[in-house]
Amino acid sequence: MRITTIRSIFTKQSQSSFQVFFLIVFAIVLMVMDRRLNQFVTIREALSFPLAPFQYSVSWSVKQINQFKTAFSAYDYLAKENIELKAERLLLHAQLQRLIALEAENNYLKALSQASHHIQSKTLIAELLNVDSEPFVNQVILDKGARDHVYSGQPVFDAYGVMGQIIQVGPITSRVLLINDPRSGIAVHNVRNGTRAVAVGDSYLNNLKLMYVTKTTDIKVGDLFLTSGLGDRYPEGYPVGTVSNVSKDPAHQFATIYLQPSAHLDSSRQVLLVWYQKHA
Amino acid sequence: MPNWVAILITIVAALLLTILPMPAWTEWLRPAWVLLVLIYWTVTMPYLVGVGTAWLAGLVFDLLMGTVLGEHALAFTLVIYFISRLSLRLRMYSLPQQGMNILIFILFYQFIIYCIQGFLGELPNSHLYWLSSITSVVFWPWLFLLMRDFQRWFKIS
Repeated sequence: MRITTIRSIFTKQSQSSFQVFFLIVFAIVLMVMDRRLNQFVTIREALSFPLAPFQYSVSWSVKQINQFKTAFSAYDYLAKENIELKAERLLLHAQLQRLIALEAENNYLKALSQASHHIQSKTLIAELLNVDSEPFVNQVILDKGARDHVYSGQPVFDAYGVMGQIIQVGPITSRVLLINDPRSGIAVHNVRNGTRAVAVGDSYLNNLKLMYVTKTTDIKVGDLFLTSGLGDRYPEGYPVGTVSNVSKDPAHQFATIYLQPSAHLDSSRQVLLVWYQKHA
Repeated sequence: MPNWVAILITIVAALLLTILPMPAWTEWLRPAWVLLVLIYWTVTMPYLVGVGTAWLAGLVFDLLMGTVLGEHALAFTLVIYFISRLSLRLRMYSLPQQGMNILIFILFYQFIIYCIQGFLGELPNSHLYWLSSITSVVFWPWLFLLMRDFQRWFKIS
C-alpha cells in the first residue's frame, strides 16, 4: 500500500505544476469574463441553480431552531410585544388614511398634467434566506425567483427605504445587490430643494457617496435623498438615505458627501419586490 | 461507500458550515472550513485530492458566496498546490507544528483574496478580516482528529 502511495506521488508531481498553471489561467479568465461580459450572468445563473437546495436547507434548519426557541420564550414578552404592535398598527393606519387621500389627489393631478406613470404598481413580499456570506460581500439572497416572475434589475425595498436591485435570478432564489456595494449606482434627488445626484455605494465605509457634486451645491447634513426615477431602474420617491457628512476640501474638485442608507441593510428580514414600469 | 463520495460529503459539510448564519459578532471569525477540509485530504491522501478538487470546490464556493467567479478557485488552487508539494513533510509533523504551518497557509490564502478584492475595489472594511486565520488554526487540531475518525470509520485509503 505504502509503496503505491509514494510512487503515485512522484509520477503526479511533474504533471501537477502544469495542471496548476492551467487552472490558475482559467480562474483568471473566468474572473475577467464574470466582471466584463454581461452575457456571463446567464452562465452564472445556470451554474448556481443546483446550489439553491443547499441554501434552502440551511435556511430551513435555522428557521426551525428559531421557532423552537420562540415556542419556549416567555409569555410576558409576547404579550408586551403584542400590545406594542397593536399601538404601532393604529398609528400606521392613521397615517395611511392621510396617504390614501394624498395618493388619489396626486394621481389625479398627474393625470391632469398627463404624466406617464402612476405611483401604484405590483408588489410582492419576499423573505431573506438565512444564509451568511463573506462579510465583504454586499449581497443577500431572497426566497423568490423566476417562478414568481422576478426579473434582473428589479428594485427591492424594505420598510424604511431602498435596499438594492436583483442581479441574478434562479428558479426559486434570487440575489440582491445592496445599494452600499461599489457596483451599485442610484439616481437621487434632495427633498429640500430638488438637487439631483447619483449615489454610489462605498462598501469600505458601509454607506453611500454622492458623485460629482460641485462645492457650491446646497446640501446640508440631515438632508433626505429620495430616488429620482431617472435611469429607469428605481421608481420615483422612495427614501435612499440622509446626509451624514459633507466635506468641501479645497484639494478636491468636487464636494465629498456621504449618505447614511435609510433601509436597514443588515437587519431587515422581509423585503418588498416592486414591478416597475414596462415589466409590470 | 466509494472514497470520492465520502470526500464529497466532507466538502459539502464544510460548504454548509460556511453559509450557516452565525451571530453578528462572529462575522469576521468564521474559519476557512472548506480550505481546512481540502488541506486535510491533500495532506493525508495527495493521490486522491489535489489542485483539481480544490479548483472545483473554489468555484462552488464563489457561486454560493456571490464573489467573482474564480476568485476562491484561484486561491484554493494555489494553496493546495503548495500543500501537496509539502504533504509528506506535513504528515510527519506533530499537531502544534502542523498548526503553525497551516497558519501560514491560511494567511497566504487570505492575502490572495485580499489582493483580488483590492483589484476589484471592494476591500474588507475592517482589519478584523485577518482574525479568520487564527480561528482556523484554533479549529485545526479538532477538525484533524474528527476527520481522522471519519476516515477510519469509512475506511478511506
